[in-house]
Amino acid sequence: MKWVPLGLVRYTVCLGGLSVFFFLLCILTGPFLMLYYVPDVNRAHADVMDIMQVVPFGAFVRNVHRWSACLMIVCVPAHMTRVFLQAAYKPPRQLNWLVGITLLILTYLMCFTGYMLPWDQEAYWGATIGATMAENSPFLGAKGPFSVLPPDKDIHYIMLGGTVLDQPTLSRFFFAHCIAIPGALAGLMGFHFFNIHRAGGMSGPL
Amino acid sequence: MFKPVAKAEAIDPKKIARREAIRKGLFWACWGVFIGFAGILGASIVRFAYPRIVFEPSSIFKAGKPDDYKVGSVALIHGRGVFVIRTEKGFYALSAKCTHLGCQPIWYEDQQVFKCPCHGARFDKEGINFAGPAPLPLPRFHLSLSPDGRLLVDKSTNVGMDFFLEA
Repeated sequence: MKWVPLGLVRYTVCLGGLSVFFFLLCILTGPFLMLYYVPDVNRAHADVMDIMQVVPFGAFVRNVHRWSACLMIVCVPAHMTRVFLQAAYKPPRQLNWLVGITLLILTYLMCFTGYMLPWDQEAYWGATIGATMAENSPFLGAKGPFSVLPPDKDIHYIMLGGTVLDQPTLSRFFFAHCIAIPGALAGLMGFHFFNIHRAGGMSGPL
Repeated sequence: MFKPVAKAEAIDPKKIARREAIRKGLFWACWGVFIGFAGILGASIVRFAYPRIVFEPSSIFKAGKPDDYKVGSVALIHGRGVFVIRTEKGFYALSAKCTHLGCQPIWYEDQQVFKCPCHGARFDKEGINFAGPAPLPLPRFHLSLSPDGRLLVDKSTNVGMDFFLEA
């Protein structure tokens, strides 16, 4: 095992840790938002407005959640850029690079599903765009290249719980945002850290 | 500590081989049950995510009386994602779903153009894409008169660009 020389750039090795920090802030604030937010199309937006305007420190908690998520989206690609530029993905860390790519995708999915939950115009059309992109993806989408699945069996249908954005979609996105993706993210992050440990610690002096 | 029941040499080699076979059989049987159960669970969860019934508006619906539409008007049928357009030649129905990424274009009466708010695709009154990222014209839906004299839109049937319902 060789240590990757760091040169003058040192604080960039904190970017991974910062991603974890922002993730933990989201994990900390998210369940509290769930106390007031109900994933019902008739009241989801009103609940978010309540959190922002009525709940004591609601705006603070929501903004911590929101800004942590935004900063995580900045930190994760920056961390990957650091790893790439220092060639820290090379043996014995190849597997961890692949895990990292999966974590990046899961982070983006977190953001995409969370963006949709306030159920306002931005959320609705953002989710529409995402769903249409899924519909046009290869193999899994009904309208994409090499499509094999019929419109009522493809990824678009499973995502929306139907063919249009409605209550099933909100329920599914809520489940994905609060349970499925964070669970996968936390589990894979544990594996990511275990791999760092196994490869002999950080890829450079901190 | 347990004492061995019999000395190793005293056990029949055939017996050892049989026990070994049973041990292996049990080992793989356990794995088989585990993998089988995991497979059934996974498959059932995937199937679970596909709803058997969806509560969605019908793709065939009535859109009011023909007289409700002024000549030259473009009307969005709310909740249905369809524009009903009345020209001097007659009626036609356009999908209110941008062919780029599925947002709902907005009709600008003063400029006589559909603009999609998401990425700026533009369509003319015939639904033909002329600017922005949209790759295809807006689909045109089949339009007929129901027996009670209402316009009947069929979103499941696409028709050609020359389709009109004579007024």
